[in-house]
Amino acid sequence: MRFERRARTSPLLGLAAPLVAVAVALTIAGGLIALSGAPVLEAYARIAAGAFGSRLAITETLTRATPLILTGLAAAVAFRAQVWNIGAEGQLYAGALAVAALGAANPLGLPPAALIAALMLSGALAGMMLLVIPVVLRLRFGVDEVVTTLLGNFIVLLFVSLAVEGFLKDPLAFGWPQSVPVVEEAALPRIVERSRLHLGLAIACALAGLVFLIGRHTVFGMQSRAAGLNPAAARFAGVPIPGTLIRVACLSGGLAGLAGAVEVLGVKGYVTTDLSPGFGYSGIVVAMLAGLNPLGVVLAAVFVAAMFVGADGMSRTLDVPSFIADVTVALSLLTMLVALFFTAYRVRR
Amino acid sequence: MSGDSILRLDGITKRFGAITANEDVSIDLARGEVLALLGENGAGKTTLMNILFGHYMPDEGSVTVDGRALRLGVPRDAIAAGVGMVHQHFTLAPNLTVLENVMTGTESLLAPRSAKGRARQRLAALAERFGLAVDPDAHVSALSVGQQQRVEILKALYNDARILILDEPTAVLTRPEAERLFETLRDMARQGLSIIFISHKLHEVMAGADRVVVLRAGRVTAERRTGATTQAELAELMVGRRVERPVRQPTQPGPLVIEARGVDVPMPGGTPLRGADFTLRGSEILGIIGVSGNGQTTLAHLLSGLATPSAGQIRILGQDARGLTARTMAAMGVGRIPEDRNTEGAVGSFPIWQNAVLERLSDPRFARLGIVRRGAARRFASDIAARFDLRGGGPDTETRQLSGGNMQKLILGRNLVDAPRVLVAAQPTRGLDEGAIAAVHAELLAAARGGTGVVLISEDLDEVIALADRAQAIVNGRLSPPVDAAHLDARRLGLMMAGVWEGLADAV
Repeated sequence: MRFERRARTSPLLGLAAPLVAVAVALTIAGGLIALSGAPVLEAYARIAAGAFGSRLAITETLTRATPLILTGLAAAVAFRAQVWNIGAEGQLYAGALAVAALGAANPLGLPPAALIAALMLSGALAGMMLLVIPVVLRLRFGVDEVVTTLLGNFIVLLFVSLAVEGFLKDPLAFGWPQSVPVVEEAALPRIVERSRLHLGLAIACALAGLVFLIGRHTVFGMQSRAAGLNPAAARFAGVPIPGTLIRVACLSGGLAGLAGAVEVLGVKGYVTTDLSPGFGYSGIVVAMLAGLNPLGVVLAAVFVAAMFVGADGMSRTLDVPSFIADVTVALSLLTMLVALFFTAYRVRR
Repeated sequence: MSGDSILRLDGITKRFGAITANEDVSIDLARGEVLALLGENGAGKTTLMNILFGHYMPDEGSVTVDGRALRLGVPRDAIAAGVGMVHQHFTLAPNLTVLENVMTGTESLLAPRSAKGRARQRLAALAERFGLAVDPDAHVSALSVGQQQRVEILKALYNDARILILDEPTAVLTRPEAERLFETLRDMARQGLSIIFISHKLHEVMAGADRVVVLRAGRVTAERRTGATTQAELAELMVGRRVERPVRQPTQPGPLVIEARGVDVPMPGGTPLRGADFTLRGSEILGIIGVSGNGQTTLAHLLSGLATPSAGQIRILGQDARGLTARTMAAMGVGRIPEDRNTEGAVGSFPIWQNAVLERLSDPRFARLGIVRRGAARRFASDIAARFDLRGGGPDTETRQLSGGNMQKLILGRNLVDAPRVLVAAQPTRGLDEGAIAAVHAELLAAARGGTGVVLISEDLDEVIALADRAQAIVNGRLSPPVDAAHLDARRLGLMMAGVWEGLADAV
């Protein structure tokens, strides 16, 4: 058996890759479910029911998908330009913390719409700053941003811990380590009654469309892809590489910071150290499953969210730990990488 | 030679989808023979050798080594049968030493320790026997391209190769290095090795081989002894028609477009430019000739807006080059053909239309308010394709699917379509086949006739003699005084390239 590079990858193959990858991941995870002694098909039926089986299930899945769309977009725009942002988790917490710190009071008496916009902007700015620093370090000193953004996550999370146990601690929380809550008028309006689903989903979907249009139609989109795919050609063509990559960092970090802001304003109302069950890292899976396509990110985020929400429901009735969701999502990243290889290469006997 | 045949390819056919890369190809190689496989890019030479070495499985045909059939599609069997391959793009690990690279793949992974002592002796013996001196403990990343090629050859010999295949071995070598390589190959043949080298350069086939097999469109079209043929005949056999490179006609020089006085340009990790003096007028082709690595890259970068001078004066179209960048150059009407078209010339995975306009995104024709005007950009790409006979795809085709010649037409076209006042052409025909070279030469001459001043940076003597109105040699970052076309001949250029230019100005 040998591999030969395909002359070109057909668009159909590009569409099929994530579907096949997910199918294979689910099959392998099925083996693990069987190992734990539960009926495989029933387990999957319950996962599906837990994710989509009722009005509540659907709204919960979409609520969960909202931050994943934003972190998925953050990873997609960065990876397209070959900026390896592994720090969406930290950027998310930075955004959340900025919102909690600034939103605890409304001293200017802003109307809700303006207050929400200002807080979301501050969350995005916090995420931006956190990614611009590693990218500048890479441009100036050649420091690998994979290392700096990844390790930055731990620093930010420890800082969040410091904040919620210290200067931002809510004195009325009976000693629980959580931040002071944002004022009530800053809460994102619900878009479905009697559910937690909030305006953040609409904002995330609109941003996915915007990011798609930026990539397809703007000079910045074309230059950032050129800078990522072939820096030498981009430089020769007069693309300002540092400026382009810094703008990519602003967009990517801003989206991840916004994920944190939206999660605080839409769901929790305050910050804890378990605000994100790894939304930043799952965003990488979401972006890869989407083939770095911003519109695909929305679908991939719903899939990943459904796995987590559905597995929670399933584990309550069957004796299978809900960690199966983490395993399946991680597997789907691995199978997607393999599938991507096969979209570029064909097998000869 | 029938009794002495060491390798026989018989009726090899290989198809990739609808494309037939090789059709019924049969070749015989005698012991101690140097055989050249001559053909244009895409004629199927490399595919054929990859089949022989086991990288590809042919659809039909067989290979016999030493009278025994070779199992096809298995590189390990090919190596065991004594076939060694030196690829065009080297397959060495840059972070390992020469010795470690040579030993790679020869030892069991389970061996308790590496038998470096014996390997070192064997390597030294091979290097001595074939005159391939190289330091076994040097890291490959520190070696020149020519030295790396020697390591590749040693690696094949270390695997007991008796048949050595070299794919375009001179593509990356300077002329003296290439001449030395052919001496080495001759010496190896005398010692009983058999050699096939792939090439599309006529003069080296004539100089280096005993016999030549010509491949065209996947078929063997002719076989000649080099003693009984001429370059002209081979060229015709290779291309399938008469190809004649165009030659310059005297032109009337236009106004001054570039003036450089005592320009120094630093180049970390490369050869800096030192005290360069040159001028260029409209309608004129200035040839800069030199063995590669003597500062051509620095000069090309300076004239492309990628490097700034640290001393001296240079004005391009009246503007001080110190303030110019790649973007402003392109906007000013300075056409630029990069030295390495694959890395600098285009983004391979972009569609053709995006590469056509990437350097013109500040031009309101192709972008307004930050939005790319896709329609206009596509039309621009179609115009280039029509005017410059670019084949192999439409505006939406992925650029890396173009052949080298068509890629160069795209780069030439996007620069020439707006009639630039200056064109900086760095190694514009490197790696192209005869047909494409003639086309590029014709375009350069046409541009000069239209008023463009052309700086032609080249290492090809024939190219400079045929095209340049004046020429300067570049040696170790310094430029010789210019010599007029009337006084240009291979002997004088050769001396200039060797750095001998005292009294040159008097001779003109």
